[in-house]
Formats: sequence, C-alpha cells, structure tokens
Amino acid sequence: MKRLSAFNVVSLTLGFSFLYLPIVLLILYSFNAGRSVAVWGGWSTKWYGSVFENDQLLDAAWVTLQVGVLSASVATVLGTLAALALARYGRFRGRTLFSAMVYAPLVMPEVITGLSLLLLFVAVNLDRGFWTIVLSHITFTMCFVAVVVQSRLASFDRSVEEAAMDLGCTPFVTFFRITLPIILPAVISGWMLAFTLSLDDLVIASFTTGPGATTLPMKIYSDVRLGVKPEINAVCSLMVGVVTIAVVIASIMTKRQEVERERAERAALAGR
Amino acid sequence: MFARGNQRWIVTAIPYAWMLVFFLVPFLIVLKISFSSTEIAQPPYSPTFDLINDVWVDTLEKLQALQFDNYKRLFTDSIYVESYLSSLWIAGTSTLMMLFLAYPIAYGMARAPKSIRPTLVMMVILPFWTSFLIRIYAWISILSEEGLLNSLLVSLGIIDEPMQILSTNTAVYIGILYSYLPFMVLPLYSALEKMDDSLIEAAKDLGCTQFQAFWRVTFPLSIPGVIAGCFLVFIPAVGEFVIPDLLGGSETLMIGKTMWEEFFNNRDWPAASAVAVALLIVLMIPIVIFQSNEARQQEMR
Amino acid sequence: MSAKTLGPVRRKFAPWDDPSSKPLIEIRQVTKNFGSFTAVDDVSLNIYEREFFALLGPSGCGKTTLMRMLAGFEEPSAGQIIIGGQDMAGIPPHKRPVNMMFQSYALFPHMNVEKNIAFGLEMDKLPKGEIAARVQEMLKLVKLEQFAHRKPHQLSGGQRQRVALARAIAKRPKVLLLDEPLGALDKKLREETQFELLDLQMQLGMTFVIVTHDQDEAMTMADRIAVMDKGQFVQISPPAELYEHPQTKYVADFIGDINLLEGRVTKNERGRITLDSDVTGGVIDVHADSSAGAGDKAWFALRPEKAAISLLPPNDPQTNCAHGTVWDIGYVGDISVYHVRLDQGGSMRASIANTSRVVERPITWEDKVYLTWTPDSGVVLTK
Repeated sequence: MKRLSAFNVVSLTLGFSFLYLPIVLLILYSFNAGRSVAVWGGWSTKWYGSVFENDQLLDAAWVTLQVGVLSASVATVLGTLAALALARYGRFRGRTLFSAMVYAPLVMPEVITGLSLLLLFVAVNLDRGFWTIVLSHITFTMCFVAVVVQSRLASFDRSVEEAAMDLGCTPFVTFFRITLPIILPAVISGWMLAFTLSLDDLVIASFTTGPGATTLPMKIYSDVRLGVKPEINAVCSLMVGVVTIAVVIASIMTKRQEVERERAERAALAGR
Repeated sequence: MFARGNQRWIVTAIPYAWMLVFFLVPFLIVLKISFSSTEIAQPPYSPTFDLINDVWVDTLEKLQALQFDNYKRLFTDSIYVESYLSSLWIAGTSTLMMLFLAYPIAYGMARAPKSIRPTLVMMVILPFWTSFLIRIYAWISILSEEGLLNSLLVSLGIIDEPMQILSTNTAVYIGILYSYLPFMVLPLYSALEKMDDSLIEAAKDLGCTQFQAFWRVTFPLSIPGVIAGCFLVFIPAVGEFVIPDLLGGSETLMIGKTMWEEFFNNRDWPAASAVAVALLIVLMIPIVIFQSNEARQQEMR
Repeated sequence: MSAKTLGPVRRKFAPWDDPSSKPLIEIRQVTKNFGSFTAVDDVSLNIYEREFFALLGPSGCGKTTLMRMLAGFEEPSAGQIIIGGQDMAGIPPHKRPVNMMFQSYALFPHMNVEKNIAFGLEMDKLPKGEIAARVQEMLKLVKLEQFAHRKPHQLSGGQRQRVALARAIAKRPKVLLLDEPLGALDKKLREETQFELLDLQMQLGMTFVIVTHDQDEAMTMADRIAVMDKGQFVQISPPAELYEHPQTKYVADFIGDINLLEGRVTKNERGRITLDSDVTGGVIDVHADSSAGAGDKAWFALRPEKAAISLLPPNDPQTNCAHGTVWDIGYVGDISVYHVRLDQGGSMRASIANTSRVVERPITWEDKVYLTWTPDSGVVLTK
C-alpha cells in the first residue's frame, strides 16, 4: 500500500476543513448562551428548548416530513417504472421525448420548475397548498430515482431474468421475484434521495405553496431574511444531526454487508 | 420482466403521462404566458392566446397580435441583460475556481489507500445530504460584519476594521464554491480512481518527471471527469437563486434572483415567464453538450 | 445400450444415419436478422433424443443466437423450430420444454443454492414434498449437499457452475441448452468437468445442446459437432470424422493444426487421386474420395502428426515427399513441432511424439530434412 504524499495530505486536509468547518461552527454556536454569532457566551442548550416551544417551527417541520414521505414514496414508484422503461424496453415510439423529460429536471434551474408548475396549477384552478407541493416534489424527485434505479438495472446481468423465464416464470412474476429483490437497494437509496431532496427544497415549494402550507425550509428562509438567530442554528443542527446519523447508519450497514460478503467469497475460494 | 404486451405498455405509460402533464404542459404554459400582457388581477396576466379554445381559429391573426413586449423588455431593460451576463460570468468564473479547488482533493482521494477511499467519498457526499439552505445559512454567520471571519482577522491584527464580505459578490463566489464542491470532486474522483497506477509507472519508466507524468498522462485521462464536473457546476450555478439572495447584496445580479423578484415582488408573471424562457434558451447549449457528452461516455463503457 | 452397466463408454450411437429415427429438435431453414445484420442464415438441422450436440464456431458466428432461438429469447426472422413435434413459433421461454444453462450462470443472487434449484419446480407448482425431494436429488447429483444454504456469492466458480447445471436439469427438460458452460472455469477444472458432464448426460438420458468456441471441449464431449461460420453450418459430423475427413479448408484449419498443400489434380480414379504440386515439387498420391476432376485446383490436407521427418531420403523422393530446412522447433512437452521451409518456397509442419526422455534431438535447426507421408494419411479438398 502506498503512503499519501505530503501534497495529497495537505490538499485533503484543507479540502475537508473547507467542507466541514462551517457546519461544525454552526453546531458549535447553536450551544452559545449569548445571542451573538461571533462572541462566545458560554455553553447553553436553551435554544434547543425554545425550538421545541416554537409551534410555527414544529408545524413547518411536520408539514415537511409529511410532504417528504408522501412525495418520495410516489416518486419511487414512478421513477422505478420510468427506469424500467428506459433500461429494458429498448426503442419505443416517443422514447427520445421520454428520456429527455426524465433527464431534463436534473439540470433544470429550480426557479423554472417552480414557476412552470405554479402556472399549471393556476391554469387548472387547483387550490394551492400541501397537495400542490407534494405533486411538484414527486415530479422533480422521480427523475433522481429513475437515474439511480436505471444505473442499477444497467449494471445487472440480463441473463438472470432470462434464466427465471427459462425456468417457467412469467414476465410479471419475474419482476417481483427476481428483478425487484435485486434492485431493491437502489430503489431504497432512490427513496432516500427523493426524501432528502424534498426536505431540502425551498424554491419549488415557495412557488407552488398556498396559504397554510409552510415547509421548514420556507420558515427558515423567512427567519434568516430577518437576521441570524441562534434558534435557527439549533434547528439546523438538529437537521444536520438527524441526516448524519441516518447516512452513517446506512453506510455502516452496507459496509458490514460488503465485509461479510468479501469474507464469504474468500472462504469459498479457499475451500474449493 | 414485463416483456410483452400490456404490462410493458402500462410501465411506460404511467411515468410518461405524469411527465407530460407535470413537466411538458407546464412548460408550454410558461411559454404561452410569456407572450401575455400584465394585468393587476388574479391571475395577474391576460392571455392573448387561448391555447385550448381557438388555436385553430385565425391563428395567424392571433400570432400577429402576440405580445413580444416581454421579450423586447429583456433586451431593452438593462437589468435583464446585465443579470444574464453577470449570471454567466459568476457561474463561469466560479466553475473555473472550483476546478482548481476540487482537483487536488479528488487527486488526493484517488491516491489514498484503497481501504479509506469509500470513507473519503462518503465524507464528500455527507454535506450534500444536509440541507442546502443550512449550508448557506452557516456562511452568513461566518461572513457577516460581526461574524467569525471578521472577528478572527481583526483579532489577529490582519485588518483593523471589519470588512464587508456578506452581501457582496465575493460571498456569492464562496457560497457557490462551497455548495457545489461535491459535484466537481466526485466526477473527477471517479475518472482518476479507475486509472491504472501502472500508467504513471510506465510514464516514469519512459523518462517522465512526476509533474510531466501528471500533465501528460493523468490529466488527459481525467478530462471526461473535468467536463462532467464543469457542467454539473456551471448549469445549476447559472440559475441559482438561494445563494445570490442570501449571500449577495443589491449589486449582485443573477438571473434566478431577478426572476424571483419579478415574480414575488413585482407580481409580473408574464415578465417572469419571459425571463424563464430566455434562461432556458441560454442553458440549452451547455445542457445539450453535457447530455451528448454523457451519452458518448455511456457508449464507450 | 445401458449407460449404467457400460459407464461412459459410447457404443454405436448414430440415429442421424438411420432414416427411420425421428428427430427431437428440427430446425428448418431458420434465419435471424438483427437490422441489416444476418446472424443466422438459412440453417437446417435435426438433433436426436439422447444426443450430445455441439455448436462450434468463433465468436459472432451465430451459434449463441441459434441457441437463444431454441430457448425462446429470440424469434426466428424466417423458418421453423420444432421441438418434440411441436412448433415453437410464438411460444414464450417459460412455456418451452427446454432449459438453459447460461454462460454467466445467471444464478439468482438473493436466493441460496437450494432456492435456486427449487425455483423452476416452484414455477411448475409441484407439491412441496416433491420439490424438496427433487432438490435433494439434484444436490447429490452435483455433489453440493453441504452447500445447500449458501448464497451464490459464497461459492467458488466451479460450485456455481454446478448449481447452474442442477437448476437447469431439475425440471427434467427434454433438452438442456448449455451456453459456453465451462468458459469461466480454469483449464484443469474444465477438463474434469467435461467428463462429469458426459457422465451426467448419459445417466439422465437427456439431450444436450452445447454452444462453445473451444474445439477440445466439443471434440471431447459431443456425439456430433456443427461447425458454424458467418451464420451458416460449414460441416455437421461426429468428432473423428470432422478431424479426419474435413470437407472444407475452413473446417480443416479450424479444428486442430493442418498443412494445406496446393496442387492440380491429374487423375481421380475410384478413390485414388494424384496431384501435381508446386509446393513439394513432386507428385502427391492420395487414397481418398473427392469430387475433384482432372485439371481442377485442389488442396492436399495433411495433419502434422501424420508426416514423418527424416534426414535420409525415402525410396521415391518424387512421390509424397517434400524436402526443406528445419526453421524452427516448437517443444510442447508431449510432442515437438518442426517447422520446415521447403526448397520450393512453401512451408510445412510435422509433429513428432517425444516418446523417449532425451533432451538432445537428432534433428535440429538448419538440418536438411525429408517430410514423407502415406497415401491414406490425408484428404483432398476443393474449397
């Protein structure tokens, strides 16, 4: 194994400090007893207390969570179907338009997506609020699901599906017994990606919301515009904490699976 | 697999229909409204052109009556032209700066021992999973006049008075560099990581110095990653709204922000639509190049 | 013929020579086009029950496409495929009486060995008890009893290969299709497995159709081999016939090593053919059947092991003899191959079995040598 050169160590250290320092400072200052963002006034958890007394914040968080779960779930189904169509059905009429529509939202500026969806809801006279946010989030997150699932489908051996059919499985049953279990990890990470994107979104939700439906990013945004408050630091730290724990657990689980798999493979090779 | 018949049709039709209704149709509506004139009503525009009813009735006449005013304004009102140019400029320069910032990081990751590489990748992705808004917000408290950076610089005696960093274009650059760093690092890393170490050894064996080996072997082979990374940073940066809005000042003109203000502050929906259409036209070129580049990469694999 | 008493010894199995036997698989003038590319070009073939049939050819010759049409993954563009008297047109893979062993094995990664083998039986909705019994039988057959609960990735390459085989034969199909079944194994294991497959086929009395690009594999196992090139059959023969009586230069060259000496036929009488050859500078006298008539251009095909090499001239150096210089010697262990540059400009190879343990050979580089052969050691080819 090679050792890292000094240059590489320095660039990695600087790079990762740039990435992590702001977040670390944010979390640190959420425990600041003083109101200032620069002057350290001693340790305190009072801002966390006031977050849990702030009904507006809690409501917004609840709305965000509901939007996230609902839209990620529907987006996962639609995205998986789209991925199947793109990865498995070769050429069909209108495929070019379809794949363009699936890929375009990945690079489309959010302001445009948000504006165009709002204008659609106005045109068909749909009451704006919770459900319009859900519809919009489904639309833009399903594309990310489709990309994740499609890349998994592309890398898996078609002959596994053919083997199932050869052994007497109908195409429909093959999907549920063979294809889905194999691509399940990709489907799950697609869901997680869709969920996080939905939790994150400020721009599209701002365009498509109506009275009564405020998501957490919208609430944070309007508070931030009024100035930095330690309470917001606390909310943000909580969100960072939840996401970090989820991602770390997920990656430890995959890592453990991989390690076990590698060990089994080595044992199999040795004991041949 | 749903190999034949109905099942196959349904699998395609459901997402297809969804995307038509929620992606293509809204888009056509934007296009239509961009040709309408402003009204102080709800909705705040009067369509000159009713798509559903009389598309086929004297279309020509209607076309002549189309309001190109919104588009004329894009060229005559200097705020739009300046926003476009300044968006492209800011996105372009920050993409270049990003390349210099991200390359050493990606290179260091690719050279790192194999066992810790997945951890490094995860560390690059992790901030991406946390909210964009939060990451921008974190910089506000660092960059503001009474913020951490200024206090640090003053206490170290590097500057006497706090500098104005927040609400300037500098802050916008920092914000873009920070938020989009993973988009540049990851494609570079995946291009560098799959490179065979023996290529470098062969180059050195044939008489290259360390730097020559990098410049004549490593770098050319990483160009697909460079291209992918640049597009992944440039395209969303052009249409960025949150960064210029929260970190930039009144002097910061970016098209996403201009559109937002047109829409929410001035309630001028037709103008906002025209700005959106024009923005998309501007972005179309890099998007098409990026797509065809990706397609080529896919085929080569 | 009883396989059990005789073991893997094949006695006179040639239903293709018997006009009264009924084929199990009939391929009738089948063509398959992919766009403008013709993968399989108007081929016809009968395969009989209990036959071990090999489709042999270089990659891209259409052999895999032909097999995939038997399995039902591709539909012929033209022609008919009949299996067990039933026309297969429009019948999807899951309703065909054939099973396939895939080149990649295509084991279901999320199921253990037992579940993989049981899969096809479950699809047939067999009773649970019968499935369990059949799985046990299969595990025993492929000697994987103690691995029943392992997942595919916990198995070695050879074990995976056996699971794939067990899974494919568990349903007792009329025909087992094997797509490069040994391609992923290393040389030693491949040779062992060849004989295991042969044993198994005899024991089960099943019809095997194998696709391979490895001529040794096809020669070792198959009752008959179809050599394919550019979507067509070049020759369909039992292995020995393919080797000793190739019908074209392509087959002669593809199977084993061969010397092709160009000449002109001067006489062809009741199996005695005489050629004048510029390559040897003399006459070639052959006992063989050929359609070549006097005056035709033809090639004399001679396997290197059938040429004798000597420092001394034969009695008649004008007939069945070539003279030249040893250019190169390839020592392979069991044999040595002598590359000889002929005086007339061509070249020939002769291989000599190394029967004694001597490092120094009497014939060495730069020696002037005579290559000779008997009239019944080669064949005459016209195309």
